[in-house]
Amino acid sequence: MNSVATERVSLQPSGLKARQQRIEVVIKFVLAVIAASGVLITTGVVLALVRPTIDFFQLVGFKDFFLSTEWFPLYEPPDYGVWPLVIGTFTVMLIAVIIAVPGGLAVAFFLSEYASPKVKRYLKPLLEILAGVPTVVFGFFALNFIAPNVAQKIWVFSEVGFYSALAAGITVGLMILPMMTTLAEDAMAAVPRALVDGAYALGATKREACTGVILQAGLSGIIAAGVIAMSRAIGETTIVLLAAGSTANFSFDPGVPMQTMSSFIGFAGLGDQPTGSTGYMTIFAVGSMLFVITFGLNVFSRRIVTRFREVYE
Amino acid sequence: MSSTVATNVNRFSADLRDSTSPSRKLRDKLFLSGLWVATLIGVLTLFFLVLSTLLKGYTRLNLSLITNFPSPFPEDAGIQAAIFGSIWVVVTSGIVSLFIALGSAIYLEEFANQSSRFNRLVTLNIQTLAGVPSIVFGILGLAFVARGWLGWGFTVGTASAVLTMMVLPVMIVSAREALKAVPSSLREGSYALGATKWQAISKQVLPAAIPGVATGSILGVSRALGESAPLILLGALAYVSSNPAGFSSDYTVLPLVIMKYTQEAQDEFRAVGAAAIIVLLLLLVGLNLLAIVIRDRSRKSW
Amino acid sequence: MVEDMNKVMDSRVSSAAPSSDTVRGVSLRTDNLEAGSSGLPAQEMIMEARDLQVHYGEYLAVRNVNLQIHRNEITALIGPSGCGKSTIIRCFNRMNDLIPSAKIGGTVLYRGIDLYGPEANAGEVRRRIGMVFQKPNPFPKSIYDNVAFGPRVNGKPSKSETDELVERSLKRAALWEEVKDRLKQSAFSLSGGQQQRLCIARALAVDPDVLLMDEPCSALDPIATGRIEDLMHEIKGQYPIVIVTHNMQQAARVSDRTAFFNTEVDADATRPTGVLVEYDATRKIFSTPSDPRTEQYITGRMG
Repeated sequence: MNSVATERVSLQPSGLKARQQRIEVVIKFVLAVIAASGVLITTGVVLALVRPTIDFFQLVGFKDFFLSTEWFPLYEPPDYGVWPLVIGTFTVMLIAVIIAVPGGLAVAFFLSEYASPKVKRYLKPLLEILAGVPTVVFGFFALNFIAPNVAQKIWVFSEVGFYSALAAGITVGLMILPMMTTLAEDAMAAVPRALVDGAYALGATKREACTGVILQAGLSGIIAAGVIAMSRAIGETTIVLLAAGSTANFSFDPGVPMQTMSSFIGFAGLGDQPTGSTGYMTIFAVGSMLFVITFGLNVFSRRIVTRFREVYE
Repeated sequence: MSSTVATNVNRFSADLRDSTSPSRKLRDKLFLSGLWVATLIGVLTLFFLVLSTLLKGYTRLNLSLITNFPSPFPEDAGIQAAIFGSIWVVVTSGIVSLFIALGSAIYLEEFANQSSRFNRLVTLNIQTLAGVPSIVFGILGLAFVARGWLGWGFTVGTASAVLTMMVLPVMIVSAREALKAVPSSLREGSYALGATKWQAISKQVLPAAIPGVATGSILGVSRALGESAPLILLGALAYVSSNPAGFSSDYTVLPLVIMKYTQEAQDEFRAVGAAAIIVLLLLLVGLNLLAIVIRDRSRKSW
Repeated sequence: MVEDMNKVMDSRVSSAAPSSDTVRGVSLRTDNLEAGSSGLPAQEMIMEARDLQVHYGEYLAVRNVNLQIHRNEITALIGPSGCGKSTIIRCFNRMNDLIPSAKIGGTVLYRGIDLYGPEANAGEVRRRIGMVFQKPNPFPKSIYDNVAFGPRVNGKPSKSETDELVERSLKRAALWEEVKDRLKQSAFSLSGGQQQRLCIARALAVDPDVLLMDEPCSALDPIATGRIEDLMHEIKGQYPIVIVTHNMQQAARVSDRTAFFNTEVDADATRPTGVLVEYDATRKIFSTPSDPRTEQYITGRMG
């Protein structure tokens, strides 16, 4: 009778392999913890802001904060009306956006439809370099060049001082321009080439292809880019701190010094605020506002893209 | 009929010359001019930025700038403390954030289910963090690191921790991209030989992803080098006249001494600031060139 | 003098020309006309390609193309993939200008004018020689605005003029009845076949002299394809058509003349180059082709 040797065959790992697989479980766990650190930081940010903000409002009260127009929180006696900061932020942001958004869009059109490969080869690295320049260098540029040569020269409606929201706004705008260009260019590149070809095939000029088809076809991406630019302008600290002075003027005149939410936080942080003091708490209260606004804008911009993104098969 | 429509009244006519109206051509020209103006503004900004910095700072571009420490006399003032401070802070945060970013990226790309809630939550958080203004990280550092839980005060360690947190989102994204770029055939080959996931990763995927990860971390480090806003809140502007001795030392960094000197009343001090900018820019250029070299070298090996 | 002769020929031809009541394919009436050697009634030649070739950078994509396009006819370009048919058709309206690496050799003439010469303006060329693309590519605008786009950029039509133009173009493209009540809706609300007819209407709105169609039906189902083929027959009397098609049967159904392209590997080239193999009346190409390669393709032995 034939008997085939019936050895027990097992597909289970043994010895070295088994150990390796156990180690792997550990490694996986460790890595997961590390990955969770990302989540921890956001939680940290929120936590850091919530408690002192609550304390602040308990001390100062919503009424003073939101209704008064004097912001002198570090003086004696202190004033806590936040409006000068809001207007300052808005003014700087508006000037910056007026420069950066149309400018970025224009350069993006240029790169998309007009520029020859040779020009592109030099222009794109240049923009990348500009995008990589630290904000403090732009701050120096604002004080040394923009303020005397640009801000004071071009603003005809009022006297522009040494420190002004105008100089800061212009410089922030110039700083954001490369970023806006890149984002707008990405939005334009997402427009299918067939669509643009269709416009040219009808005898349209490059301008007509840009304004009549590309702009409309890539609109959601372009708007999202603009919103991100706004958010970036709102959050800019160093340039404003250097170029716009440290007086929280309640004014609509961009030629005067102004303080923004971010630059106030920087300013307050420069002087040493003892923990728990009201000055310390104002940092957190204003910081909360800043966080909420920029967070809201970023979420908004992402919503625009996902909701209204033109879907091209 | 004064039809202004270019309906082809001359169909099949042997004339292909431009029949565009002058106003249309004018609009084309205006549009193009606008585009050129915007482009020129961008180019000129960089040009004048570099030029004004050089003009202001060239007088102080000598060795004493780098070897000296702060002094009441502008001719003697040097930024050595800031240079070393920057090196300490940036290298530390670079290493720590690289470690965390790589770990996170490996987990997210190789181990986790791509559509799991955890994965999406982490990805969402990273996106959110990337949009937070940098000064808010300073607030975070002030509350939890300098004071609060960790209580490290205004030290090198604090600055490193905060910059790590700031740079982390960017590092994670670029590390993930580097891992994604490794062809799956590499992994599959390993598995087919019986390797565990970790073996495949550590022996095949990671080495292949090194160039991408390296360039990503260099870019993260460049960003950390130029940061100013969060460190304002973390005591880096104090008058520091010595190099850091350890993680609990007082410190300052290049961007902040630039800030300080730029704001000085005396023109000679402002020149020091401008010279410091040149040093900073040179460092950044060096870093970016390094990244480019690594990227080009790695392309050849594929 | 030549103009007069052409006019005479035109009038004689149009009275005998194949119009919408023609049987699909080639007209067989050769009795009282000076027939072309191919058995087609003589038609005026509008466009001509002479020794046309295209390089993309170093790569020679297609060469040796000699073609004529005639009025009242549909000319088909057929052949396997990659033999340069689309490249050639894009030369006819200077769309290859948009590709930086493309270099055109040889000549393309329209009524004797060199399309790439100093006397021809690119925008004008494209308005006069219209194009419909492979995948329908309506703009993200309303149906009305899609059709109105061409007239609006090329002139300043009043509201009533535009209305009339849009209606006329949509009627010519056999789409009016289906969309007349929803002109303001997005073009994307139409089906694929409707979108392609919209693109045809859009192209016709600027009243071109010639209509180029680059595989217009390849993304459409058979019913939609049939409607567009019917449309082509209806309009070919007014708009001579050049069509690139992968589908041999379509070429046989629809066209008066056919040009067969193929690929060859030249001696020192790394990639195959497209060449024009044979160009003749459609019924000849499909029944008694001169070149063996044509015959192989027609009978399905290759391609």
